Amino acid sequence: MTSEITPTRMVVYRLILAMAILVAWELASGRLIAEFFVSKPSAILAAFRRLIVSGDLFFHAAVTASEAFAGFIIGGTIGIAAGVLLGRSTFLADLLQPFILAFYSLPKIALAPLFVLWIGIGMSMKIVLTATVVFFLVFLNTFTGVRSVSRELVTIVRLMGANERHVLGKIVLPSAITWVFAGLRISVPYALIGAIVGELIAANRGLGFVLASASGQFDTAGVFAALIAIMMLAFSLNAMVRIAERKLMPWKISEATREVTI
Amino acid sequence: MTAEALIAFRGVGKTFTVGDRVVEAVRSIDLDVRRGEFVTLVGPSGCGKSTLLNMTAGLFAPSSGTVQYDGGPVTGVNLRTGYMTQSDHLLPWRTVAANIQVPLEIHGRPRGEMRDRVAALMELVGLAGFEKSYPSQLSGGMRKRAALARLLAYDPETLLLDEPFAALDAQLRLNMQIELLRLSRQLNKTVLFVTHDLDEAAALCDRCVVFSGRPGTIRAVLDSPLPRDRDLLRLRHDGRYVALAAELWDMITPMLTQTRGESS
Repeated sequence: MTSEITPTRMVVYRLILAMAILVAWELASGRLIAEFFVSKPSAILAAFRRLIVSGDLFFHAAVTASEAFAGFIIGGTIGIAAGVLLGRSTFLADLLQPFILAFYSLPKIALAPLFVLWIGIGMSMKIVLTATVVFFLVFLNTFTGVRSVSRELVTIVRLMGANERHVLGKIVLPSAITWVFAGLRISVPYALIGAIVGELIAANRGLGFVLASASGQFDTAGVFAALIAIMMLAFSLNAMVRIAERKLMPWKISEATREVTI
Repeated sequence: MTAEALIAFRGVGKTFTVGDRVVEAVRSIDLDVRRGEFVTLVGPSGCGKSTLLNMTAGLFAPSSGTVQYDGGPVTGVNLRTGYMTQSDHLLPWRTVAANIQVPLEIHGRPRGEMRDRVAALMELVGLAGFEKSYPSQLSGGMRKRAALARLLAYDPETLLLDEPFAALDAQLRLNMQIELLRLSRQLNKTVLFVTHDLDEAAALCDRCVVFSGRPGTIRAVLDSPLPRDRDLLRLRHDGRYVALAAELWDMITPMLTQTRGESS
């Protein structure tokens, strides 16, 4: 009711906006700004096509994607487990709180050199780095979610005779899952940051490596082509989280689609 | 009378600490509730009626005196009671049918039995056809009926009802009252029913406990002159009901003006 613009028309508007930006970029490049710094869409497209044709794109993207994905799964799983455990145990939470806060305030990327020392410059270093980054985001969200579980709901099922396992499975986890997914969703770009920064520091494969070597050769078009590939990777990771979200939280769809009443 | 009391309050008092203030909710409550009895609790807001329900459910202990259930003191969550409050506390992530199934799952009932029981309960509360709906898709009245079905699913011996029908429209409320009375008689449930609606209290009760406000103390206990099996639809024309309701009104009205004077 608020707007008369149909979804299809909105897509058309967006395409027009994208085309306008690309055309302006193409025209401005070499005239208003030196092409060396901003390259231009046609050159980037050509660089991107070269990456695809040579098969390099898929190889490097697959490396980065596996690192990000593995780190995401490992960090996410441990984060959820730790969040639930500390969320349910006040003693553990109180005991560990200062340590967790200390680690949380540390930029995880700064641990990369340490990880290089410990496990070398292979893919496992990027996976560990990514997992560390993702862990904290998912852990903190899960912890908050478990802590904000309605005590009334817990009491209601306790009166039904529920034990701790029932409370966990029927109340705590389903009610915290919204928070867990919020944590997972914000973790997606950070997972890629972990993988790519890891590759920038030391690697001979992966999109971060493509990025670094293109920039080392002053190949601006190549840099942009690598950025596009990274963007596409982030997009598909996001889509995967969204699909999992819809599958695991069907009641959210019904809440979103119902008419609003107050 | 004492021998057959299912729930016995003996000199029960309860104080809460809210911030740095100490609030006395109830003071020296003595009350026996017999098995199978329908007792309504009325009184001004904040006179500790819900506090008595909470202590019966074992959610917290009295500060003084004892709450006895079936001969023994209530310690910890009292699994023989079922609680239903003004808000329905359905699980938003479960469909209506799955919500009603929760207590059956907890008690480890076989799948087939759960399915049959849930279907029967949905039918009973008039929600057949809404099995797959989520609570957010239902009206307030339907949610309330789902909560009642869930309460009946685990078949507690005592029902603790805290203004369960307060948010319902008059017609639906009457339907729910009829249903509740019928079920509690049929299954011989003991019911503690808190309400602000004096007509409701008079219509449903075997005995009605009138509280006076803060700290809550029992002012009077009225026996209902009505038969246990009664037709709620015809009650309006029953002189005994009218007299009981009028008596309640006469007791409560002075307290209302008193509370008003207090707050102004």
